[in-house]
Amino acid sequence: MPVAGSIRCWVAAMAEPLLQAEALVKRFGGLVATDNVAIDVQPGEIHALIGPNGAGKTTLVSQLTGNLRPDSGTIRFAGRDVTRLPTHARVRLGLARSFQITSVLREFTALDNAALAVQAHDGHSFRFLADIRRDQRLRDLARRNLETVGLGPRAGVLASALSHGEQRQLEIAMALAVAPKLLLLDEPMAGMGIEESQRLVELLRGLKQRCGMLLIEHDMDAVFALADRITVLVYGRAIASGAPDEIRGNAEVRQAYLGEEAS
Amino acid sequence: MMDYLLIQVLNGVQLGLLMFLLAAGLTLTFGIMDLVNLAHGSLYMMGAYFAWTLIGWTHSFALGALLALPACFLLGVVVEVVVARRLYARDHLDQVLATFGLILFFNELVRAIWGPEGRSISVPAFLNHTVTLLPGVIYPAYRFALIVVGSVVAILLAWLVARTRLGMLIRAGASNRRMIAALGVNIELLFSLVFGLGAVFAGLAGLMAAPIASVKIGMGDDILIVAFVIIVIGGIGSIKGAFVAAMVVGQIDIVGRAFLPDFLKTFMGAASASAAAPAISQVLIYVVMAAVLVWRPTGLFGQRT
Amino acid sequence: MAELLPALRTPRGVVTALLLLLLAVLPLLTQAFDQRYLLSVGTRIVIWSIAAASLNMILGYGGLVSFGHAAFLGIGGYAVGILSAEGFASGWLQWPVAIAVAVAWGTLIGALSLRTRGVYFIMITLAFAQLVYYLSSGLAAYGGDDGLNISRSRFPGLIDLRDKASFYWLCFVLLCATLWFCSRLVHSRFGYVLRGAKSNELRMTALGFPVFRYRLVAFALAGGFGALAGILLANDGAYVSPAMMSWVKSGDLIVIVVLGGIGALFGPLYGAIAFFAVEEFLPPLLNLMHRGWGEYWQIVFGPLLVIIALYARGGLDSLLGRRHG
Repeated sequence: MPVAGSIRCWVAAMAEPLLQAEALVKRFGGLVATDNVAIDVQPGEIHALIGPNGAGKTTLVSQLTGNLRPDSGTIRFAGRDVTRLPTHARVRLGLARSFQITSVLREFTALDNAALAVQAHDGHSFRFLADIRRDQRLRDLARRNLETVGLGPRAGVLASALSHGEQRQLEIAMALAVAPKLLLLDEPMAGMGIEESQRLVELLRGLKQRCGMLLIEHDMDAVFALADRITVLVYGRAIASGAPDEIRGNAEVRQAYLGEEAS
Repeated sequence: MMDYLLIQVLNGVQLGLLMFLLAAGLTLTFGIMDLVNLAHGSLYMMGAYFAWTLIGWTHSFALGALLALPACFLLGVVVEVVVARRLYARDHLDQVLATFGLILFFNELVRAIWGPEGRSISVPAFLNHTVTLLPGVIYPAYRFALIVVGSVVAILLAWLVARTRLGMLIRAGASNRRMIAALGVNIELLFSLVFGLGAVFAGLAGLMAAPIASVKIGMGDDILIVAFVIIVIGGIGSIKGAFVAAMVVGQIDIVGRAFLPDFLKTFMGAASASAAAPAISQVLIYVVMAAVLVWRPTGLFGQRT
Repeated sequence: MAELLPALRTPRGVVTALLLLLLAVLPLLTQAFDQRYLLSVGTRIVIWSIAAASLNMILGYGGLVSFGHAAFLGIGGYAVGILSAEGFASGWLQWPVAIAVAVAWGTLIGALSLRTRGVYFIMITLAFAQLVYYLSSGLAAYGGDDGLNISRSRFPGLIDLRDKASFYWLCFVLLCATLWFCSRLVHSRFGYVLRGAKSNELRMTALGFPVFRYRLVAFALAGGFGALAGILLANDGAYVSPAMMSWVKSGDLIVIVVLGGIGALFGPLYGAIAFFAVEEFLPPLLNLMHRGWGEYWQIVFGPLLVIIALYARGGLDSLLGRRHG
């Protein structure tokens, strides 16, 4: 019985998407910011969410992370209903987020930032006396994550002194500490130069084996280079969803979004 | 018994209106300039001392009180220009520290100018009688005048906020500072005006309270905290909230003073009952505030964040 | 120990070491030069340093502007006072009870206050402190407004708190213990979470830290250390009164912390020394300029605070060079 149960669990986990949001609705006064949106991400998949400014992308992501509560609809993650779970509990389940506005801890070094991220998932932190700087295990894990994103040599630098691109890389190193099943990336390329963007695209492509990603991005080159699937959000509604080539060919999308970009 | 109850309710209204005057200026500077102004109680005190001096000069309560108001306005503007405006963009800790310094300054200044002992302003002769509000309900005329003046000012303020251009700017609030500037309004002048207006209300409250309480150093400090409680209960920046909360706090305080001693006497000695009652009514105010904040962390009429 | 030696080579290290050395031998000096009054000033400096250090835990490391910290001092003091009035004279009973009550109260009001932000937090902490203040002044059986004379805590065979020098040394040792704890706390896991939440609360939550719980524990902890200062204050004067937790005292504590340097380990010590130095020396200084001015020293001190708030946020600690770590 236990064996059969665990197999059934395993089968269920394979069949079910990593993240599945259904019929999400969020209103702000009269404005419907999220209008009956369904979106899912499969394990190992990069699903890009695109849309013009004000389409409600950030509102949608905030509901997925738990910073905002939807008015109706459900969110399932890793086989559980997480609609009512607070943010930190979702993070514990493996739902990590990097922020649109870079929000590393500016007064801490890159290594401290990465180490705090590791610490967040290493039991409780009600330890008052032991010096964290001598905690080799914590530091090593943090250092490894920094190296994964190419920040190894910058470990001792204050986060506020890192370049914009480096702060983004640090963000991702922090997200990795969760050993996330899913990474929500909110405009990771914003404000980056071409070279920095390309480096980040490579980095994300390399991470794909580790976790699924929901990528919100304005940089279409990056989106089409990375995404397995694309969903287009306009005025809070998902107007199209499919493989990159389908989206490229979709007339409604071209009119509503890509056309606007071109003009 | 009903008469006694009615009179106590009136006392509560009168106290509530006084508190509202003090709280109104505070909630305006809070809501519009995002300033925690601990020194607002000092303006209340200065209003009373200005009035004491001016009444002494003019030998007329009405004239002295009337002249004290522009003096308060001027003082408010000076405080705004010299100190307060440098604090708007600072964090709350800086504001607390700086305005705490202002309290020390004003308390000591008053001691240097007017001396350490308290002063008193007597109830003006033309109000030193009683009025019969209902058959059997006799009320001191001065306190009744306070209710009238307080109500008039409250209505005036409600009109100002709801109907005028200044009120529109006030309602636009601190978050829309840039919008206000875009409307072509001189924002520095607006802030000075609002601060001066708040000082006038505070000063008015101080001088009106003087004949029933007394004029003394630090008189504004404890009452200021109650004013803070009021705007926190009401929701920072909301005039309506300040009014509602002031009325509630006024009633709680009076109930505590008027009815608690008798109630407490039923299970403790008369002496300790009359000692404990004022303390308990003060405590009640804070309990109400805590309850409101637990229920609504930004107050009754505050903007949800 | 290995870390202490290089620290001694910095200006901050030298100044701090000299200050601690001076404080350690203060009773010997005041006895040698027959300056008893200075010992009582020294005692107050040490006790207020502990109080300020406890506020610094939440204000400095946590960024939480608590405007009611004096209430914890009052709770500590009154717990000792009430127990002593009821005939429980042993410090071994009084002190743990006082601290436990303060921690419990800190947990309760922390749980309510920490739901709010910004100005609301400042005001709710202030209001709870006022609540305690009025409760204490309503305690007719324990002196009400006038306060309560108490007998000092007894530690038979260990220490006699009536002896000024012994009492001073006890305070000094407790100050060192408090500062040691703070120095460990800053670099502990807990301290990092607390400081991280000050730097960016949203980010810490997104990382998965239940920030509220950590702040609550910090708040209760700070309350416990605040009560320790209150216990010492009560024993210093053999007297407790509601005045020791008036909101002005909470303001003074904030002044001391900011004056010394927010979040600096030894900031509370520098701040307390500066605060009492101003209180003791500004009046005679003003009297030198004009007889009688000294009485009104706060006319100078008030604007001084305004200037510090506007232009000198780093406090005295920043005069000693940049901090690291």
